[in-house]
Amino acid sequence: MNDLGTALSTATSLVSTADPAVVQVVLLSLRISLTAVAIAALIGLPLGALLAVARFPGRRVVIVALNALMGLPPVVCGLLVYLLLSRSGPLGALGLLFTPAAMVVAQAVLITPILAALARQLLEGLWEEYAEQLRSFGAGPWRAVPTLLWDGRYALLTVLLAGFGRASAEVGAVMIVGGNIDGFTRVMTTAIALETSKGDLPLALALGMVLMAIVLTVNAAAQLLRDSSARWAG
Amino acid sequence: MRAPDTVLPLIAESLGFARNGVDILHDVSLTIEAGPPTLIIGPNGAGKSVLLRLLHGLLAPTSGRVTCAPCADPRRRQAMVFQRPVLLRRSVLANAVYPLALAGVPRGEREARARAALALVGLEPLAGRAARRLSGGEQQRLALARAAALHPDILFLDEPCASLDPAATLAVEEIVATISARGTKIVMTTHDLGQARRLAGDVVFLHRGRLLEQAPAQTFFTRPATPEATAFLQGRLVW
Repeated sequence: MNDLGTALSTATSLVSTADPAVVQVVLLSLRISLTAVAIAALIGLPLGALLAVARFPGRRVVIVALNALMGLPPVVCGLLVYLLLSRSGPLGALGLLFTPAAMVVAQAVLITPILAALARQLLEGLWEEYAEQLRSFGAGPWRAVPTLLWDGRYALLTVLLAGFGRASAEVGAVMIVGGNIDGFTRVMTTAIALETSKGDLPLALALGMVLMAIVLTVNAAAQLLRDSSARWAG
Repeated sequence: MRAPDTVLPLIAESLGFARNGVDILHDVSLTIEAGPPTLIIGPNGAGKSVLLRLLHGLLAPTSGRVTCAPCADPRRRQAMVFQRPVLLRRSVLANAVYPLALAGVPRGEREARARAALALVGLEPLAGRAARRLSGGEQQRLALARAAALHPDILFLDEPCASLDPAATLAVEEIVATISARGTKIVMTTHDLGQARRLAGDVVFLHRGRLLEQAPAQTFFTRPATPEATAFLQGRLVW
C-alpha cells in the first residue's frame, strides 16, 4: 500500500514536470499510432464502403473473414510483420525491422480490418437508405463510395477512435517488430511492460496515467464533436 | 427548343414485372409524350410505383422494354422524386448541387443552377441549413428542387404528397405545375383523385397490374371506359 502511494506521487510529479524521458516516449507513441490510424483509414474506410455497396459472389465470405480479422491477436500480427520484415523475409531489404516504421506497419495491419469491418457495418445502413436515390441520380456503386464516406463522416469518427484506441493500447505487435529500444522504439505500452517487470513502478505508473488520459480525452472530444455535428446534420 | 437527344416520347412495350414469382405488372404498354402531366392512378397494389420505377430504369422489367425513339440511353435526362425524400446529410444547397455534379454540369455553373432551383421552391433562404433538419414539406420541396435543377425531360414523382399535410401538398402541387409549365414532362402517381383532377393532362389507370385505360383527363374523369375505372372514380374500388 505504501509502495503504491509513493509510486503514485512519484508518477504524478513525473507527469506534472513533463519529465523528458516520459515526454519522449509519449510523443513517439502518439506519432506511431496516429500514423498507423491514418494509413489504416486510407485503406480500411474505402474498403469498408466498397464492401457495403458492392454485390459480388463471395461477398459474405469476405465479410466474415474481415470480421474475424478484427480479433487478430497483436502478437500474431507482430510475428507476421516480423517475418515479412526480417532480413531473410520478402521485405527484409528495406531494413525496417526494429524501427518506428516497422511499428507503424504492424499497427496499421492490426487495425485496418477493424476500420474496414466497422465502416462496412455502418455504411451498409446508409447505403440501404441512399441506394435508390443515388441510382436515380445515375451514381453506381463506385461513385457511391465517396458519397457514403462523406455523409457518414461523423459516425466514422467513432470508427477511427476504435482504431486509435486499439493501436495505442496494444503492446504485442510493437514489442516484436520495434524491439523496445530505449530512445528509439520505446513506446508507452512497451515501456510500461518493461518498467513493471524491472520493478520501476513509478515510471510505469506515470506512463499508464498518460496513456489513460490520452485515450479518455480523445474519446471524449470525439464524442462531443460527433454529438454536436449530429445535432446539426440530423 | 429541346436538344435533339430528348428522351420523349418514352415508350414502354408490353412491360411485365414479377417479384418472387408474383406478377406485379402484366403486359403494360404506353407512350409518354411531351405535354401536360401524366397521372398514373389506381387502387393500392395496382403496380403504380413499380411502373414508375420500370420507366425510370430503377427496376429491370421481367419482360418487355422501355425505349425512347430519338435517344440512345433513356436513363439520361430523367429525374425522380420519391414518396419519402432521401436527403443527403449535408446542407440544403449541397443537396441541390450533388446531382448536378453527377450529371457533369461544369463546376462553375452548379451553385447558380442549384440556387435558382431552390428559389423556385422557396427554399433559397434556407440554403445553408442542414437538409435533414427541414420539415417534411420542406424536405419534399428540396427533393423537387434537386430534381428540377437537373432540367430533366421527364420528372417522375412517386406519391410525392402521401405523407404531407394539405398546405404542404398544395405547395408541392404548385411547384409541380411550375416545373411542368417550364417544359418538363411530369409523370406522377397518386391515390388522391382530387390531386389527379387538379394536375392531370392525361391519365393512366392501373388495376391489379394491368393498364386498363390511358386517356385525356377530361375524357377519363367524365366518361371512364371500363367498369373498374367507373367504380374507382365512385370510390367503390378499393383494391
